[in-house]
Amino acid sequence: MVKFFVRRISFAALVLLLISVFVFSLSRASGDPRNVYLDEYATDEMYEAWGVKLGLDKPLYIQYLTWLGDVVRADFGVSLYHNRPPYDLIKERLPATISLAAIAFCWALLVGIPLGVLSAVKRGTLADYFARGFALLGQAMPVFWVALMAILIFAVELGWLPTSRRGGLNSYIMPALCLGWLPAAALLRITRGSMLEILDGEFIKLARAKGVSPNVVIWKHAFRNALIAPVTLAAIIIASFLTGTVVIEAVFAWPGLGGLSIDAIKNNDFPMMAAIILLFGVFYLLANMLVDLLYMVLDPRVRLE
Amino acid sequence: MLKMVKTDQLPGLDYFGALEKAWYYFRKYPIIPVAVFFLLVFVAVFAPMLAPFDPAQGSIRTRHIPPIWLEGGSAQHFLGTDSLGRDMLSRVMYGARIALMVAVSVLFAGGILGTIIGMFAGYLGGLVDEIAMRTVDLLLAMPFLLVALTVVIVFGQSLTQMIILLILFSWDNFARVVRAESLRIRNDAYVDAARVAGASDIRIVFRHILPGVFGVVLIVASLRVGQLILIEATLSFLGAGLPKSVPAWGVMVADGQDWITTAWWVAAVPGFMIFVVVMSFNFLGDWLRDYFDPRLRQRA
Repeated sequence: MVKFFVRRISFAALVLLLISVFVFSLSRASGDPRNVYLDEYATDEMYEAWGVKLGLDKPLYIQYLTWLGDVVRADFGVSLYHNRPPYDLIKERLPATISLAAIAFCWALLVGIPLGVLSAVKRGTLADYFARGFALLGQAMPVFWVALMAILIFAVELGWLPTSRRGGLNSYIMPALCLGWLPAAALLRITRGSMLEILDGEFIKLARAKGVSPNVVIWKHAFRNALIAPVTLAAIIIASFLTGTVVIEAVFAWPGLGGLSIDAIKNNDFPMMAAIILLFGVFYLLANMLVDLLYMVLDPRVRLE
Repeated sequence: MLKMVKTDQLPGLDYFGALEKAWYYFRKYPIIPVAVFFLLVFVAVFAPMLAPFDPAQGSIRTRHIPPIWLEGGSAQHFLGTDSLGRDMLSRVMYGARIALMVAVSVLFAGGILGTIIGMFAGYLGGLVDEIAMRTVDLLLAMPFLLVALTVVIVFGQSLTQMIILLILFSWDNFARVVRAESLRIRNDAYVDAARVAGASDIRIVFRHILPGVFGVVLIVASLRVGQLILIEATLSFLGAGLPKSVPAWGVMVADGQDWITTAWWVAAVPGFMIFVVVMSFNFLGDWLRDYFDPRLRQRA
């Protein structure tokens, strides 16, 4: 068990390190890194000061370590567009993204997994077709287009919901539903697949033969075993939200991290984007560890390893 | 006693014979997806001849004409015009070209790269396998979209750059599946025979393993097309994919975003095209997988 954990954590750390190397090399790729950290209004003194700060007179690996030291202390330079440290901006915007992602995640779980079970248990019925149709649509429609069409129908034509921006609870409805649709579809498909496989197993036949009630067979015998695949996917989903919010926030003018990244792209704001991508790396690591913990609860075999 | 009876043999259902039969074939074969696929290829190849207008040329006078079935639509512009007065139908046609070109080139290059890596990883095993598979894990853990956005901030937008990025992030799927196939094949008698006959590792991989994994590669490719088109569209929509001047579907939806209240079709039409094409490819991929290699269900 300890070995399992050490392996997983060291892998996650490696991913983070790789992202940091990637960001660092991008900053040096365009020649003088001061070009990406300072805009055209920077004075000569600022150039000199940044040269010293980044350690440009030293070898590359020292530069990397200097940069990494700054990053670990949450010093990402100054956002070119907002003219403030990226860390402060992220702190301000984080709640908007987290709350949106949390709601979307709950909706994906609450829809995807039960519908997946239902569609497997009632295979070939209308409910199954409905669930699979829901999944097919979710996986084929571009998120940004769904969001725009939702705005067109529910905000512009019907006037039921606000078009964009973060406000009361009803401003969450459209962004969260759009953000959660694709993950819900993926969860549904994987839950359905693994349920079908497990319902076919010998131990299910035994349980049925000895007269266990159908509900207990489905939820206690089959579902618990079928849950491992969707839980793995849940980690990937949390990670994918980080990018999904970028798209959704762009459409709904949501004041979160995605919005920050959109501003960053439009204004060539490298320090901001670097901060965001590194932060997302940390998120990913945390999400993965959470899932590993869940694994141990769900699958005793992992504990024994 | 239950017996399997074909629907057209059921006496009560004779009445619906033709319809039932059609439904049966629609369920058995991916007719609509194949039709969409051929239409897409046809339009993409012959876009310059088929398109009624220049996709880049517009005029103020033809601005925001609705599609033909709406009030105020004009027969000249079947799908209407955008905010710069450019013909939507022509732009959608050229957009098919870009979507297909990106998908094909990325799958081709990524497929070759992934197949080679996967074959050597599976056949040689050991350190090569370990390195290859850990690299795949690392790639899966990278937030692709953000990486792409950061690259665009530093280097700007370009078609080649986007294709290279997509290739770097799309070989892993091929590598994993091909590796699993190669692991199976490498223990087959004919591979042993080749080894005993003195064939080099490289010869064995390309002459004896490659033909065995080829089918899987095609299936994985067909399963990936839809995703790739979606990713390309998303990047273009965010302004991190193709430059604004290119009539890619994602770029077109982004154009239409500002006019959603007044001219909704500018965003709706290209987005719908993405949806139909991706849906068709997903269907086709699923069908090919289930038909030729159901074992892949768990892996791909």
